[in-house]
Amino acid sequence: MATLLFYILGAVAVAATAMAVTRRNPVHAVIYLVNSFFALALIFYLLGAPMVAALEVIIYAGAIMVLFLFIIMMLELSPGEDADRQGPVPLQWLPVLLLGAAILGCTLLLLQLDPAAGQQLPRWYASPRDFGYTLFHEYALAVEIVSFQLLFAAVGAFYVGRAAGTKEPLGGER
Amino acid sequence: MPEWLVILLLIVAKLGLIFMVLLTLAAYLVLAERKILGRIQLRPGPNRVGPFGTMQPWADLIKLLTKEDFIPAQADRWLFMLAPGLAAVTALLTFAVVPFGPPLSLFGHQVPLVVCDLNIGVLFFLGLSSLAVYGMALGGWASNSKYSLLGAIRGLSQLISYELSMGLALVPVVMLARSFSLTDIVMAQSAVPFALVNPLAFLIFLISAVAESKRIPFDLPEAENELVGGFHTEYSGMRFGLFFVAEYLNLIILGSMLTVFFLGGWMGPFLPGVVWFSIKVLFVCFFFIWVRGTLPRLRYDQLMHFGWKILLPLSLLNVILTGAFLLWRQG
Repeated sequence: MATLLFYILGAVAVAATAMAVTRRNPVHAVIYLVNSFFALALIFYLLGAPMVAALEVIIYAGAIMVLFLFIIMMLELSPGEDADRQGPVPLQWLPVLLLGAAILGCTLLLLQLDPAAGQQLPRWYASPRDFGYTLFHEYALAVEIVSFQLLFAAVGAFYVGRAAGTKEPLGGER
Repeated sequence: MPEWLVILLLIVAKLGLIFMVLLTLAAYLVLAERKILGRIQLRPGPNRVGPFGTMQPWADLIKLLTKEDFIPAQADRWLFMLAPGLAAVTALLTFAVVPFGPPLSLFGHQVPLVVCDLNIGVLFFLGLSSLAVYGMALGGWASNSKYSLLGAIRGLSQLISYELSMGLALVPVVMLARSFSLTDIVMAQSAVPFALVNPLAFLIFLISAVAESKRIPFDLPEAENELVGGFHTEYSGMRFGLFFVAEYLNLIILGSMLTVFFLGGWMGPFLPGVVWFSIKVLFVCFFFIWVRGTLPRLRYDQLMHFGWKILLPLSLLNVILTGAFLLWRQG
């Protein structure tokens, strides 16, 4: 059962990502990618890592894709521009409905399965405490390196943003 | 009756009860807000429909249901129609992990008064609150209107900014309770609520919660004197109603989260747990309305500066201080 669910979810993730790559409309692409992230989160849950599943939804679906949306909106790509080229509306929405339905069905089956209690993968079930302990003990160096990298990126982005903008920040002294 | 049937019936009963209570409460919260704001501004508020205006929510509902459901030309029709539903569903789902009372004994069963006590309940709440952005963002974009787009952009950046400090304000709570489960967090506050143990985290969470609810003084996504109606400018009828209900559901959710994380949840003397929980949640909702009646709106750059330069460093500092305190207490 778990194996079957894994392959269905994998297929959904791949199909959703393929749809995301081939869409002309950027917002529709974002929605497909979010679908794919949900499928990935379910796969993580199936493998006994609820913490990683939650992080997948919070960080990828909730934060990174929202940033993508933000940029699409800043570019002012309005929805009406290429509506004629996309074919009839039901055809546009059929794939996302099918993928969404597949994810929903798998979720319901997963709830029946409960990998935490089942005997399929008991050793790999990681509670949030185990997860944090392993991350900050065994992989402490990797965590530090990655966080430094993020810090560099933040400082760099701040520098680039400042150099390109005006000397005084907008609405600074008023 | 077989065992599983009893369990299933109990779950369905709990879900139905929560739905009824939440939706009715959201409708009457609108009335309460209009009444209280009226009193603050020295006018009576709605008082024509029913005794003291108590039937006003039903009149509003009938009005919204009978209005024309208008979709602008050149809008992305499906996204436009879906967005209000997204906003309402994410708000409703969050209540699945909120424990609103101590476990109850029914038919010889221990019934926990929570739909699903996840061991990652805090993350579930944070995940759903970050997904709640989609309803507003997609609705604003799909309307194909400048005001909606501006409102949605403002809303996106505001929610992303304040979600960070909200999540970081919860880290000390998790450290103190040593668990991600909301029931365990309430249990850990049986002696002293976390609002007294860690007032700084409480304050940061409170401010971020007001910002998350997109209400005055943080209502820039729908600032009506700049952006007409913000992200829901183009919506009419019950689709607008759904956005409206979602806003008040969000208010209740944030109120119950504040109660669970900082005010001790259902803990309290004399009265039963559910009553204490309701009193605390309603008090937080009243506080939100009070703030709306008192404070002016922030300017956009003030909002961003406050979020990134004051609230975020403070919450990071608070995480470190709490860690140091816990280490010191361990000896």
